[in-house]
Amino acid sequence: MSNIIKSRGDGKTQCASDGKRTFLKLSGAALAALAVSGTAIDALASGENAFFSIPIAPQGSTGSAVDLGSGDTGVLNYAYALEQLEAAFYTQAVGSPYSNMSAQERQILTDLRDHEIVHREFLKTALGAGAIPGLTPNFGKIKFNNRNSVLKTAQTFEDLGVSAYNGAGKLLTNPDFLLLAGKIVSVEARHAAAIRDLLKPRSNNFSPKAFDPALDPATVLKAAAPFIANTITANNLPRS
Amino acid sequence: MIDKTILGGLDPELVSRLTSRREVIFKAGKLGVALASAPIALGALSTTTFGQGSPIPAQIVDALNFALTLEFLEDEFYRTALRSRNLIPNTTRKVFQQISNHEAAHVKFLQGALGTAATAKPTFDFTAGGAFADVFSNYQTFLAVSQAFEDTGVRAYKGQAANLISNNDILTAALSIHSVEARHASQVRRIRGEKGWVTGDSRGTLPAPTQAIYDGDDNTTQGGANLAGLAGVPASAVTEAFDEPLTKEAVLAIASLFIKS
Repeated sequence: MSNIIKSRGDGKTQCASDGKRTFLKLSGAALAALAVSGTAIDALASGENAFFSIPIAPQGSTGSAVDLGSGDTGVLNYAYALEQLEAAFYTQAVGSPYSNMSAQERQILTDLRDHEIVHREFLKTALGAGAIPGLTPNFGKIKFNNRNSVLKTAQTFEDLGVSAYNGAGKLLTNPDFLLLAGKIVSVEARHAAAIRDLLKPRSNNFSPKAFDPALDPATVLKAAAPFIANTITANNLPRS
Repeated sequence: MIDKTILGGLDPELVSRLTSRREVIFKAGKLGVALASAPIALGALSTTTFGQGSPIPAQIVDALNFALTLEFLEDEFYRTALRSRNLIPNTTRKVFQQISNHEAAHVKFLQGALGTAATAKPTFDFTAGGAFADVFSNYQTFLAVSQAFEDTGVRAYKGQAANLISNNDILTAALSIHSVEARHASQVRRIRGEKGWVTGDSRGTLPAPTQAIYDGDDNTTQGGANLAGLAGVPASAVTEAFDEPLTKEAVLAIASLFIKS
């Protein structure tokens, strides 16, 4: 695969020589993790009434601290974190659809789920051994059975993604990575417009400003923090 | 001093950096009034210096003038369309008014940034020599050309990003425009009954002369990794998930259909 990370040249991150193998390895690990966590959750759930009087925290309410790292790898990990969040959100939104979801809305949310999965898997592959672990989402505040809650959250995530990529462009030193970020951010912006148009059809809501915001990682991560169980630190990311 | 409507979307810190130099110049010359009409002004960068006093690379001036040409095209297109009687129905008028406002703001921004180095506005032929003869009397033709311009704009800005990498402020401003063009594209596509994103290299229901706008957008290899066949998602989603760039030459070949001189 891809020498996307190898091209960094600073030796901080090594990329697997064969992308397919990396994928297979990762999916194997992911499957194993899933099996383990499923078992753990089953055990907890069965134990809930028998042994604990406190409610069991929802899945993913705890997560280890994650540092994004430094340099271009850190910036790509930052993107990877956001894509994980989006992919998990749409997977749940499509998996447990709100009751009056129209065919058009289902199509859009399914497309968005697929696109975010592609972004997530691409970044994971590109980062190889430098990738942060899978994050644990915290969607406790989202009412997945409520159209407005789902679409408003989608709008938040898409707008945040656009602002994040726009702000991250200048942090990247490798022009290849900048182009890749550019290839992704315009798709996020297409998403944002579609979701915003579902909420306020054929108004000026799809694109509220002539210049989209460009936010720094600290601001973006603060906005994303309520949706992620892990504590994410970004102190080593480039500043400019 | 700064036009809030134009700059409202930009990070205040960035705006202040972008405008400070120009502001100093204007204040020194007691031309505060002129500043109001040149709201952004990346610091008289055309004349001599920018930021720390280093010369503006010709690469950046070229990229911004290229962008300005496209923004001129879009700006005049939507202005003309909104003025054309019985063209845009009330149901979508707000959408196109918004797009028009944005393109006007982009023109103003780029002209301010380029100062005296700004390229002149070309003379346009929005019928493309007759291929879109009823562009301002037939709503569907208007929509088709609008989609063509917006999807082209997204690919055009993307193709210039690397040319701006040496200047953080200009790069960020260009990215802030780039994603707005993508919002426009999504909206117009959906009004036309298309998906907001581009599947493969399909021009959908657009006529054949627009195919060059979509050529190469079916790429599935990103960063050296072929993502086709990624588990769990249809192949079409892999192409939809990435918008591809176009070179300046490819964009100008498309745009030249609409430029008389």
